[in-house]
This record gives sequence, C-alpha cells and structure tokens, in this order.
Amino acid sequence: MLNCKSLMAGTALALFSLAGIADSAPQRKAEILHLLKHDCGSCHGMRLQGGLGPALVPERLKPFSAEQLAATILHGRPGTPMPPWKPFLTEQEALWLAGLLKKGIEP
Amino acid sequence: MRWFFLIAAMLVPLAGQAAASPCLTRGTGDMGIIIERAAGSLQVVDTTAHSELFRVEGLGDLSHASAVYSRDARYAYIFGRDGGLSKVDLLCGTLVKRVVQGGNSIGGAISQDGRLIAVSNYEPGGVKVFSAESLELLADIPATRLPGGKGSKTVGLVDAPEQRFVFGLYDTGEIWIADLTDPKAPRLQRFKDIGRQPYDGLITPDGRYYIAGLFGEDGLALLDLWHPERGPSRILNHYGRGKKQLPVYKMPHLEGWAVAGDRAFLPAIGLHEILVVNRDGWQPAGRIQVHGQPVFVMARPDGRQIWVNFAFPNNDTIQVIDTETLKIIKTLKPGKGALHMEFTPRGEEVWISIRDLDQVKIYDTRTLEQTASLPADKPSGIFFTSRAHKTGL
Ligand code: HEC
Repeated sequence: MLNCKSLMAGTALALFSLAGIADSAPQRKAEILHLLKHDCGSCHGMRLQGGLGPALVPERLKPFSAEQLAATILHGRPGTPMPPWKPFLTEQEALWLAGLLKKGIEP
Repeated sequence: MRWFFLIAAMLVPLAGQAAASPCLTRGTGDMGIIIERAAGSLQVVDTTAHSELFRVEGLGDLSHASAVYSRDARYAYIFGRDGGLSKVDLLCGTLVKRVVQGGNSIGGAISQDGRLIAVSNYEPGGVKVFSAESLELLADIPATRLPGGKGSKTVGLVDAPEQRFVFGLYDTGEIWIADLTDPKAPRLQRFKDIGRQPYDGLITPDGRYYIAGLFGEDGLALLDLWHPERGPSRILNHYGRGKKQLPVYKMPHLEGWAVAGDRAFLPAIGLHEILVVNRDGWQPAGRIQVHGQPVFVMARPDGRQIWVNFAFPNNDTIQVIDTETLKIIKTLKPGKGALHMEFTPRGEEVWISIRDLDQVKIYDTRTLEQTASLPADKPSGIFFTSRAHKTGL
C-alpha cells in the first residue's frame, strides 16, 4: 500500500531468486519448505496462521518489503522469541522465502 | 438389530466420515492417542499390544496439538492450532463432536470434577470454558487488552484443585486464577508484573504450586495456590547470569513436572542446560549441560531417570539423565524430529514420536534399547489415558 514500488521490486526480486534457487537446487527448495512448515511452524503455526509468532500471511506482511522480511528472518528480532536463521539460510534463500510469504503460501 | 441402531447412531453425526467401526468392550487404562499433525488425524493405540486400534480423521490443524482425558478415560479432548476442540471416543474410534472455538488455540485443561473443558487462545487472547459433555460454551474470559485492541496471548493453562484454572498472559506479564465453581460467573484473581513474557506454565502434581517460565527474564515465576494472597515470587533468578543467551528455535514446554525425590528438573531457556531445583525452598541445586535447547524434560514415573528432547537443529537427539548422579547416561539418535515422549503409566516403556521417519519408536527404559515401533503419519504429541487422573495433565 504505502510502497507499491518496493513491493513490486520485492516481488520481482523474489521471483528472480525463486528461479535462481529452483534451478540450482530443487532439493534445497524442498528442504526450506519443510523447515518453513515444521520449524517456523512451531511458532507461526504449521499453516502459518499464527501462534506465539504472528500469522505469516500476505495481508499482514504487506507493509514490509521482501528485503525487510528477509532481514528479520536472518537476524531475528532481539527481545522477542523470533530467532536468527542465518546459520541455516543464505541471504538469497531468506529473500526467496520472504517473497513466498508475501505472495502467500500454504506449506 | 441392536448393532444396526448402534451403527446408525454413530453414523448420523458423522455423515461424510469414514464408516465407523464397531465399538470395543474393554478398559481404556492401557490406551492412548498419537497425534498425526500434518494429516489432522490421530491414532487410538493399545500400549500393551503396541498396536493401532483406530484412526480418527478430520481434526483440523494439529500442529502443536495437545489433549486431555475425561475422568472415565473414555474420551479424549484435543486442542488444535486452528482453534478446534474435538472430542474423540476411544472405544468407538469416532469423533463425537468438534467445535471451532477460537482463532488460534494453544492448549487446554479439564476441571477437577471433569465437567468443564477450558481452552486458551492466542487469538483472540483469553480462555473459553465448555461443557465436557456437550462442548457447549459456558464462559468466556477475555484477556487483558493490548493497545490496538487485541487480547494478550494466554499460555500455560492448567487445572488446579477447587475447580480452578490457572494461566499466564504472555504480552502483559500476568498470571490469572479463574475459579469456575459457578461456570456462568467465573471469579478471577489477577497477578500483574510477574515477569516478562511468560511462555508456558506447569502445576506441581499435588496442585499446590504454579510455575510460569519467562522468556524475557532470567528466572521463573512461582505462585503458591494455597496462599495466592501472598502473590507470585521469583525462583531461579539469574540462573543464566553472565552467560550468552543462545537463540531458541523452539519454545520449551513446561507441561509435566519432572520430579525425582526432593529435586525438580526444568528446561533452561536460551541455554543448553537443565536446571535442577530443590523443592524444599526452591533453591538452585545444580545444572546439567545437555545437547541443545531442551524442549520436554520428563521424569520416568518412578523418578529414576529424566528424558529430554531438543529444539531444532538438535531434534534428532534424546538424552537420558540419571537423577541420582545428574549424569547423562545415554544419548540416543532416534531420527529427525523427535518431537514428543510419553511414558507408559508405570514407566517401563517410553514412546517417542519421530516426525521425519513417520514412526513412533518404543524404548525399554531399563535397557534404553528400542523394542518396537509403530507407523504413524508425521507423529507429534503422544498422550496416554493415565493422564486422566493427574492434576495439570
Ligand atoms: C521460537 C519461535 C519462532 C520461530 C521458530 C520462528 N519465529 Fe518468526 N517470529 C516469532 C515471533 C515471536 C515474532 C514476532 C516478533 C515481534 O514481536 O516483533 C516473529 C516474527 C517473524 C516475522 C515478522 C513478521 C511480522 O509481522 O512482524 C517473520 C517474517 C518471521 N517471523 C518469519 C519466520 C520464519 C521464516 C521462520 C522459520 C525460518 C520463523 N519466523 C521462525 C517467533 C518465531
């Protein structure tokens, strides 16, 4: 809403990196989706409808750019239970995941 | 003829479900359920025969699902993530009734007299109370409002003696006691400033002490339910002092009270440790370095061993601790996604769900060897009927 452009840029970026990941390592993609469902799911709900952490659905994530979300995923939110996933995800993977979340995904 | 009516009666409320099987005639004391989180189903199992008796489907989103039992141990009440509350008949293997009671629930409890089921919700925050018989809504207890209008998330809901329920409020740092003697008019006692971000709670098996784990503090909050007027106090304060907090990839669960003799065992948060506390005076009595962030810390029913599982990325491991020496006596690698453990009523076996293997593995707790396994679809929680008669479970 507020930043339609960066949203679009984010989506484009996400699509781009989606293609990148899909081409380079389809197996890795499946691993990340498994992580999303089961490990992110332990706080955000297996269907991402929320739990201790908020729902990760497009409606809610609208105000954030994919880059912002990727930064949250990689570095966590200090002072909250959201942990940093940097040891387990590359920047490109986090951006891909952020893009998926913004588009809406049912893992 | 009788069968016809029986089967017809079972089919009516469940049109569209798989055909119901005839009901069993047996005791339920050696029965239990295994939650199949991804499929939204559960298995009814026989813990003597190590076998599946029924599969019950259509239970919604069961990630993080938990269950309690009716006092006759015939019915299981399952609390799903999607706010669903389901009542399952163990003898008939049927879903008796299901209501979607809230947006996003996290757990529940059954009252001392077995008549009430309480469910705590993340969204909208609060506790709802239902008739155990009909699942009709009897009371709605909204949580403290946050700026913006949402209710504080409610966590760590347990039953307590004298027809009470106790729970924590995550966002506002409170513990509430709700007296449901008159379900139409719950009486509330609210304790504020108990510490930041209570994430779960437990009650001691005698029903006297409620303990809330705090995410935002180095310590736990303790409330004496014999003397609520004294208010909550802090125990194990600064247990992590000077230590670097590690990220927590799955929140620990305090449900179940791991007690051996005069010592109790609790998962630390942000440290790969188990905290040992003296029950007499609640003084720290040691800490045990373990393989990762502990999730469940469970005592074998006789208190001789503690079994621990861990958060991602260490959820392929289980450790067994001797409660006399506080030493790790075994590190098991049962498979990725070792999510939950349940002891048989007297503890000769422990059942462990291994999500990524689609298996429940059964271990002999004396030899610490696997003795059997059961196929299950992405199993998570395992709940045996022996919980029916335990406060807080
Ligand atoms: C241990 C619990 C936990 C786990 C596991 C977890 N999160 Fe979170 N997450 C949270 C909490 C709590 C917040 C809210 C933080 C706050 O209050 O600002 C959050 C916030 C977020 C946000 C920001 C959303 C918003 O609206 O503010 C994103 C995006 C997110 N998480 C993604 C993920 C992803 C992707 C994973 C898995 C790789 C994950 N989380 C795993 C607890 C968790």
